[in-house]
Amino acid sequence: MSGFTGSIQLVYVLAAACFVVGLHLMNSPATARRGNQVSMAGMIVAGVATLILLIHDGTVTATGWIVLIAGALIGSAAGLYAAQSVQMTAMPQLVSAFNSVGGGAAALVAVYGYIHAEADGGVLGTTTVFTVLDVLIGSVTFAGSIIAAGKLQGFIGGQPIIFPGSRLINAGLAVVAAGTAAFLFSTASLPALLIVVLAALAFGVMMVLPIGGADMPVVISLLNAFTGTAVAMAGFVIGNWALIVAGALVGASGGILTKLMADAMNRSLVNILVGGFGTGDTAVAPGVAGDAQIRPIAADDAAIQLAYAAKVIIVPGYGLAAAQAQHGVAELAQALEDRGIEVSYAIHPVAGRMPGHMNVLLAEANVPYPQLKEMEEINPEFARTDVALVIGANDVTNPAARRPGSEISGMPILDVDQAKSIIVVKRSMGHGYAGIDNELYANPKTSMYFADAKKAMAELTAAIKTLVA
Amino acid sequence: MSTTLVTDLTIFILALLVGIEVIGKVPATLHTPLMSATNSIHGIVLAGALLIGVTANNAVGYILAFIASFFAAANVVGGYVVTERMLKMFRRKAPAPDLEQLDGHKGVTGFKGLIEQAGARIRARS
Repeated sequence: MSGFTGSIQLVYVLAAACFVVGLHLMNSPATARRGNQVSMAGMIVAGVATLILLIHDGTVTATGWIVLIAGALIGSAAGLYAAQSVQMTAMPQLVSAFNSVGGGAAALVAVYGYIHAEADGGVLGTTTVFTVLDVLIGSVTFAGSIIAAGKLQGFIGGQPIIFPGSRLINAGLAVVAAGTAAFLFSTASLPALLIVVLAALAFGVMMVLPIGGADMPVVISLLNAFTGTAVAMAGFVIGNWALIVAGALVGASGGILTKLMADAMNRSLVNILVGGFGTGDTAVAPGVAGDAQIRPIAADDAAIQLAYAAKVIIVPGYGLAAAQAQHGVAELAQALEDRGIEVSYAIHPVAGRMPGHMNVLLAEANVPYPQLKEMEEINPEFARTDVALVIGANDVTNPAARRPGSEISGMPILDVDQAKSIIVVKRSMGHGYAGIDNELYANPKTSMYFADAKKAMAELTAAIKTLVA
Repeated sequence: MSTTLVTDLTIFILALLVGIEVIGKVPATLHTPLMSATNSIHGIVLAGALLIGVTANNAVGYILAFIASFFAAANVVGGYVVTERMLKMFRRKAPAPDLEQLDGHKGVTGFKGLIEQAGARIRARS
């Protein structure tokens, strides 16, 4: 290692250190922004070091410079536009899109390395292992994330897509990819590597298609971990420590989040990937409750309950985001707080379409983050809560999860039924993702307020203000 | 097994362990910004994409260099901008609207602006 490449490598280590410090600062909302800035500074340092390396090397052709600069500039503009225009409800799609391009870029780096080395007799040995892993994981991520983003955006139906023989096709693709990869360890062959790419792309599509909307937090986390791993493998291929460290950090983060999300649904990763929750042959038990036991409530009565409570917990679910009611709920909470009522939010880990999604939506509506409570923290508080207001959340409040024998048994839930009274805002008596009845609705303490979440929030806020005036 | 490989693997495994240690402490409230932040960190693949340029000298090389740098640049720039956008929204207290009107912080430019702003504040207080 010459003095020059040595110092560049040291700069990359500095960048990697910035990433670690930046992530460390994200352990509190108060320092998180500084963390992102530290990480950004590391990235700028790494970018400048790479440019110096390119200039110092002096082998980049004029066309090469044009291609690199054009690619980087157009890419930056596209990224900037997407980042500034995206709605917070569409955050999961954007994160998926970034996973996709990150994985794609990592795969291309390895593919190019392979093509380039072919002239010198081809790549063999350990580099092949990392090249093949990079290409496999990167391609699966690229295709899988596009499908995930398409599902979240509504281009592709959010329902699990399963057709006869789909699992057989999956197995076939996996065999082709793994078999060709094994062949590459003994023989250097570009066509074989391209077969791995194609099989992995198809596998990525087939892997995400059967996964339903509410399982998206798990899938996005998993694809995030994949992208990180692909980038780390690209680091092995080109011998760059910054890529190895950054990739490992992202891989660790994605892995942790995947586990947290899967645990929060009490489902194994395999179960989610095989897909088809609530669409299989599980018979949906006929309405245990029967509509007679459901107590509807009008806006005025619900407003009275809320206005004369001492402590209110709001339980938001994805239905809240789908109805764009996050600003409405923040206004309602403000009206209650103005009356001296203690308001907090109970956030289930899988509320929303990606980890922590609901927190971002509520933060956007100016809800102060100390009011956003995690499940373990808020569950003991339901017992001394006057009104639990459930908005657009279903399965995560179903007491049936505490008993064995149902689709959601064992899933950690919010103890909403412990509250002194419960108001559920819901459009209709439809089922949640798991396709089962929610026993909470038949609870004698529960009143059902049938309305669109956004409209309901406006009506409740207006009713409370009239009451107070 | 070469020393380079052993060094690279050591770095990888240590970074993985550091990652698990550091990220395990991030509260659920920040999981979306965390994922977005790690997203921008894997944008470091831009360095790999640019390095394709060192040896690229034919159409295939140029096309791959272009697509890879396009992907990676979108990843890194978009990732940081959107993470910053999200983190800006996390506040300890709800913003007080009257203070914002009084402050006019956004319109302040230069030294003169600062003095005018200070003057406005003093007048508002008295």
